[in-house]
Amino acid sequence: MSTTSGKRLPPLMERPEFVRVAAPIAVGCLLLGLWEWLVHLYAIPQYLVPAPSAIARTLVADWDLLFSSLLITLKVTFLAFFVSVLIGTLVAFVFVQSRWIEMSLFPYAVLLQVTPVVAIAPLIIIWVKDPLPALVICATIVAIFPIISNTTLGLRSVNPGLLNLFRMNKASRWQELLRLRIPTALPYFFGGLRISSGLALIGAVVAEFVAGTGGTSAGLAYQILQAGFQINIPRLFAALFLITLAGVALFLLMVVLSRLALGHWHESELTPET
Amino acid sequence: MNATTIPVVEVLSAEKVFGNGTRALDPISLTVEPGEFITLLGPSGCGKSTLLKMIANLIEPSEGRINWWRGGHEAVGKPGRKLVFVFQDATLMPWAKVASNVRLPLDLAGVERSEADRRVARSLDLVGLSQFGRHYPRQLSGGMQMRASIARALVDEPDLLLMDEPFGALDEITRNRLDADLLQLWHEKKLTIIFVTHSIYEAVFLSTRVVVMAARPGRILREVIIDEPHPRGESFRVSQAFAAYARELQHLLVEASQGPASGAGDPVAGEAA
Ligand SMILES: Nc1ncnc2c1ncn2[C@@H]1O[C@H](COP(=O)(O)OP(=O)(O)OP(=O)(O)O)[C@@H](O)[C@H]1O
Ligand SMILES: [Mg+2]
Repeated sequence: MSTTSGKRLPPLMERPEFVRVAAPIAVGCLLLGLWEWLVHLYAIPQYLVPAPSAIARTLVADWDLLFSSLLITLKVTFLAFFVSVLIGTLVAFVFVQSRWIEMSLFPYAVLLQVTPVVAIAPLIIIWVKDPLPALVICATIVAIFPIISNTTLGLRSVNPGLLNLFRMNKASRWQELLRLRIPTALPYFFGGLRISSGLALIGAVVAEFVAGTGGTSAGLAYQILQAGFQINIPRLFAALFLITLAGVALFLLMVVLSRLALGHWHESELTPET
Repeated sequence: MNATTIPVVEVLSAEKVFGNGTRALDPISLTVEPGEFITLLGPSGCGKSTLLKMIANLIEPSEGRINWWRGGHEAVGKPGRKLVFVFQDATLMPWAKVASNVRLPLDLAGVERSEADRRVARSLDLVGLSQFGRHYPRQLSGGMQMRASIARALVDEPDLLLMDEPFGALDEITRNRLDADLLQLWHEKKLTIIFVTHSIYEAVFLSTRVVVMAARPGRILREVIIDEPHPRGESFRVSQAFAAYARELQHLLVEASQGPASGAGDPVAGEAA
């Protein structure tokens, strides 16, 4: 290994931040290349496995249709995520008020978590006439649990020494919450956000599948269903690609948010050098 | 002012039996006069922390009582009657800069911002951390974190400082330096300090009075007055008198860890260094 001391920057390949981005991209390109090559080599028909180039062409050709569907799916996802964060955090605050409240209500939060959303989605879609709120409710049911459980855990994970310090300084409950419990809970909360954002997307897609909403409120799941019926496999893959892309983007957004909020102090966000 | 003539703390036959039946302390009586530097010295498990926490009102005695400045705990915290507890580890908020950590007691008490900042600066200066107010705790060494913790204790201008092995986790050189600094602060600020330690040398160097405790059940074995003038410097550490006090305490600690009744004491508890 060459030394990395001195003012000169190390070669690109030895910079961890470069490798962290470049290595997965290289692997992705390699796999795509292999895929393309195999499809052409064995002359696999498009209705079985389309080549990446075919998918890309479809993506461009059907862009208007797919993009408007993507926007609808994202709308459901973000609304569900937002509602999950709002309600989940409130519920966590209620839970930490007393063990009694938590003990009596927590099992129902678990119940919500373990019930498969495909099983309750039809009911919700019957009860709620408008498709958008129905989809948002379904996705929220999937996404809310990590927020509740992580935030509750975080609000309870206060350093007992600091708690004694606050008590000895006659801090009010409110001061204790604002200055001690909330900062302590933040890393846990952001952990919950990462999981929940992904689940909100999954919940949105699953709910769309069940609802099968078409027309002007057709999300990506509907496009996948339709493409399947019409054996338009490249479009199916293109829609799938957009869902994956949205998931990755959401995850990265959460990583950035978490870094902005915790980067200056929490171990999880510190680079080893600092 | 006659406030200086009444004892700071009176422990009156206070005993502690924990909920699980552990008898941590037999009835203990101890009077602390203003300006004293008292060390509680004794083998592990003899109830030093328990006694200190009772004095801090963090736990209640099962029997007996404790007076603060001749009164109940309600009056504690008023001007001239401030009590501050310094923990074994620095107990800083990792998300807050050192200055904010030190300012916490003032923030909680609603002290006005500019006044608070002035006092924080003075306090950081006292412990030699004026350059580090804008650092985060993780950017400080263990010894500096402990200094920050002491700065936080001093910012509210305490009259009684309770310290539970504050330098126990530090290396000897750092500990000696912090001991010397603490002693100087005590001298300048006319504080009253009750200090828990395992170290005979720390006890001799710091105290005006050493309270030697014994375990099973926790009780006071003997009190030794360290009759040496202040300020004490490094020359005291190597003096004949220092060695004589250390020897006396060493003997007492051996006695303390043997225990009179059961003789089941922990043989290594009498710390030799
Ligand atoms: N919360 C508690 N519940 C039950 N027993 C306790 C509790 N706290 C302390 N004890 C017991 O009380 C006794 C005295 O404990 P204490 O912490 O006061 O000892 P110590 O002298 O501070 O020891 P060390 O030097 O190791 O810190 C021990 O036997 C301990 O097991
Ligand atoms: Mg202790």
